[in-house]
Amino acid sequence: MYLEIITPDKKVFEGEVKLIQLPGSKGAFEMLKNHAPIISTLGKGVIKIEDMDSKEQLFEIDGGVVENKANKIIVLVESV
Amino acid sequence: MAGLKEIRTRIASVKTTRQVTSAMKMVSAAKLKKAQDAILQIRPYAEKLHEILLSLSASLENVEDSVYTQDRAPEKVLVILVTSNRGLCGGFNTNISKKAIELVTSKYEQQLRLDKLDFLCIGKQGERYLKHRGFKVVANENSLFDELTFDNVAKIAEGAMKAFEAKEYDRIELVYNQFKNAAMQEQTAEQFLPVEMEEQDDNAANYDFIYEPSKEYIIKELIPRSLKIQFYKALLDSHAAEHGARMTAMHQATDNATTLIGDLTLQYNKARQAAITGEILEIVGGAEALKG
Repeated sequence: MYLEIITPDKKVFEGEVKLIQLPGSKGAFEMLKNHAPIISTLGKGVIKIEDMDSKEQLFEIDGGVVENKANKIIVLVESV
Repeated sequence: MAGLKEIRTRIASVKTTRQVTSAMKMVSAAKLKKAQDAILQIRPYAEKLHEILLSLSASLENVEDSVYTQDRAPEKVLVILVTSNRGLCGGFNTNISKKAIELVTSKYEQQLRLDKLDFLCIGKQGERYLKHRGFKVVANENSLFDELTFDNVAKIAEGAMKAFEAKEYDRIELVYNQFKNAAMQEQTAEQFLPVEMEEQDDNAANYDFIYEPSKEYIIKELIPRSLKIQFYKALLDSHAAEHGARMTAMHQATDNATTLIGDLTLQYNKARQAAITGEILEIVGGAEALKG
């Protein structure tokens, strides 16, 4: 699935990922391939992604929103 | 024909002016680069946010539950005019101020007559233009350009949103220069509040989204954020456009100075030649007379 993490200042991440963990407003959750379409707001916390080579990356965020539509994920955050 | 000395002085003064304008051009070019980067960086964010809002509103039957979408009869109108603090940028400020006046005299003629139309100016040039023509400028935010950060801009946007919420204004318009490229700006007037939910193609509605925590909560969260981003984007646009306009104006001024110097030099050489010819004639005439 294709992931984009964007802040008002720059694009932080763009590319294929295997797994993403997000700090949702109601609690953390995880998305894998073929996840149902979802729109969720995000709280303060850490985004963890695993790219195609199973390498982990962490992003600390203050809040934002995520949309997943047909294996295309857009994460908008205020700051990283 | 003007005297030699006068022409020489003029050439010198035009040369100094050219130096100034060409320096200003350089400065603007550097600032433009920075401003342009900023606007290019925020665009993807703004677009994606807009996209998400669209997919949200597509699945929502009545968006009326947000305070920012209430479409009231426009009794009191606020127009936010974004110009620059400094001049010397060609028609940049005049064009956009004219656009604002055109907007209020056509769309909001009635409110204008009833004195229900206020201006908020960001930028000294627009403020002066409007005040001079007798429009009601209620406030200015001219110091914003000293430090154009998201936080500062968000404060102004919040102020406008609060005023709309409190029903001080029923409609808020945003008039600014949109940055196209260094030589081109597009005068844009867009409705800031209430938020207009566009009719979208139903392809977004095909997705059966899960909403976390709830649709209403997300809408409530996203609309203010989107408004602030929209406002910030408008200001970045105007900022980049300003430097672009100034760069172009100064480039032209430098070119004009160069042409002027060329003309003056030609005139100077002609005058010098004429003087020499005159002197030779005098000498020859004198020698002839002596020969007698």
